[in-house]
Amino acid sequence: MSQAITVEKVSKKFVLGALQRDTMLRERLISVLSAPFRRGSASPNVLWALRDVSFRVNTGEVVGIIGRNGAGKSTLLKVLSKITYPTSGEVHVSGRVASLLEVGTGFHEELTGRENIYLNGSILGMKHGEVAAKLDSMVEFAGVAQFLDTPIKRYSTGMRLRLGFAVAAHLDPDLLIVDEVLAVGDAGFQRKCLNAMDGLRSGGRTVLFVSHNMAAVENLCSRCIWIDAGRVVKDGAPREVIEAYMNTFANARDGMADLTSAKDRRGSGEIRYTGVEYLSTSGDPLQVVRSGDSMVIRFHYHANSPIAYPSFGFRLYTEFGTLVTDTSTWHHAIDIPLVPPGDGYIDLQIDYLNLLPAHYYFSLWITGAASPVHDNIEHCAQLEVALANVYSSGRMLDSRSGIVFFPQRWKVYEPVMAGASGKTEET
Amino acid sequence: MNSEWFTDFWRYRELLYFLAWRDVKVRYKQAALGVSWAVIQPLLTMVIFTLFFGRLAHVPSEGIPYPLFSFCALVPWTYFSTTLTQAGNSLVGNSSLITKVYFPRALLPAATVLSGLVDFVMGAVFLAIMMVYYHVKPGWSFFLVPLFLGGMIVLAFSVSMILAAMNVRYRDVKYALPFLVQIWLFVTPIIYPIAFLTPKMKRFLALNPMAGFLEGFRSSLFNTGHMDWRLVGTSTIITIFLLIIGATYFRKTERTFADIV
Repeated sequence: MSQAITVEKVSKKFVLGALQRDTMLRERLISVLSAPFRRGSASPNVLWALRDVSFRVNTGEVVGIIGRNGAGKSTLLKVLSKITYPTSGEVHVSGRVASLLEVGTGFHEELTGRENIYLNGSILGMKHGEVAAKLDSMVEFAGVAQFLDTPIKRYSTGMRLRLGFAVAAHLDPDLLIVDEVLAVGDAGFQRKCLNAMDGLRSGGRTVLFVSHNMAAVENLCSRCIWIDAGRVVKDGAPREVIEAYMNTFANARDGMADLTSAKDRRGSGEIRYTGVEYLSTSGDPLQVVRSGDSMVIRFHYHANSPIAYPSFGFRLYTEFGTLVTDTSTWHHAIDIPLVPPGDGYIDLQIDYLNLLPAHYYFSLWITGAASPVHDNIEHCAQLEVALANVYSSGRMLDSRSGIVFFPQRWKVYEPVMAGASGKTEET
Repeated sequence: MNSEWFTDFWRYRELLYFLAWRDVKVRYKQAALGVSWAVIQPLLTMVIFTLFFGRLAHVPSEGIPYPLFSFCALVPWTYFSTTLTQAGNSLVGNSSLITKVYFPRALLPAATVLSGLVDFVMGAVFLAIMMVYYHVKPGWSFFLVPLFLGGMIVLAFSVSMILAAMNVRYRDVKYALPFLVQIWLFVTPIIYPIAFLTPKMKRFLALNPMAGFLEGFRSSLFNTGHMDWRLVGTSTIITIFLLIIGATYFRKTERTFADIV
């Protein structure tokens, strides 16, 4: 089996401070002139986006790359695509490479759909004749036939996305590199993307893609690489790697998610979330959260100083990154005049959890009176909603049925009979 | 390694064409007067130059009507100066491309150099009309014109590579650019013929490769009969030197473009 990618001890360094310091030519000139008179210099702020990364990918493998935001996934893809160069180490990629770090790269607002197809195709490495031959198929894929000669500034976001993906889907590379393209677009679009990638896979092409969509990684990939803080943490069968990765998230197994060491955190830090707890309405820790349960979510926090008028809130996401809900004490117009320094908690009572079984993630935030952000943690606590008999029909619902369900009843009427009274089936 | 840079450039020649085509399309779609801008700019400059330098200052114009004399130089000069200004921003202005796709980065300044030629052709057509109006016939040396134009294109590309790459690293380059172009205008024989200068000033001016090409362009078009081949030779050598410096500097810095653009 031939080697599609060889990555040998690759490291990538970003010098944060130095970039801002010398961006002006006149400053640079001054600093060169004054250099002999200066002693020492502040050590620049160095960030290692990749550290000693090595792996090989064989032709025909489909590799998923997972990890937190800022773990180095995108940098790795950029190094593989020759967009940026490693500080040390070597990268060899063989065959025709198409990297799709964004849908519709190089689209220009003033150009028409047709012109943008040619431009985008050319940017992605297609020949003019190739684009011409595939044009009809692309237009059909995107469903923009009647707007083909309209400037894309008149296009909706969805149309642009479809157009961009239509071009990308018609690339015929030996190696496809994809960065989180699936995070955008609706479910139908995501399915289209996944199908197109599946097509490449069955065609024996090598695919490398970054995703936060664990279900997609597990379904599509033959292998998965987990990257954290610029290093490869685990490389192997998707199921095992994903499991190991998910376990590092604060999890709900013991009914309490610890957030004290959470990464990806922003805000002033005057007040911080320290944990999330799932409790029954009587206050006992919940071992399992089921669709249709009533429950209490307890958010623990720690304040370093007295905080006036904070708002507590969260966003809940599916593992596909779809926002389910965004709620807060502010939305409920609850004024909290003062939070004293120290530990405390705030409860969210849910009478009827109408989420379908799946993994959900919380992003938590606390803002202050003049709305500075005190705390903001993305994707920090997991809420696992288990299978439940929500309609009391004995028929289990799972994530294939959507994200939410409503308290509901169907009414079925006897056929034909005029003036028939409704027979009601209630659940 | 060295040859890879050039083969890559060749392999992506179709993208070069598309980027230039995009520049042209967008420029003409957005401008209300479209194509005519390419002519209006040098035309108005010519009118002003004729009033101040031709009529008031009586700058000599080698027996050619002053409007024609200055317009003939302004068409290639406008091409050159617009290209420098736009190419200087070609990398920064396309940062979304640079951070998302691989392609030889030199295509961006190259595309600007190429797309500017469309404007040049428009200006040249108007120049031909003016020549007919003033009954000035081009001589046999007319066939040398493409040579001087070629020199200007190579020079524009060389300087563009340096400016574009510097602009990524140092963001104040874009403020210095218009100033540079303005000074360059005065040290180039556009308003005045080079014969107007003292020999000492001439030697100094020879360091500006644009001087040789422009003077050659004008001499061959009007067949004035005194082509200064030494000046042209100096300009050619300096241009080749600048091309090597430009390409070397560009290659050295392009690896970091995506990180800092």
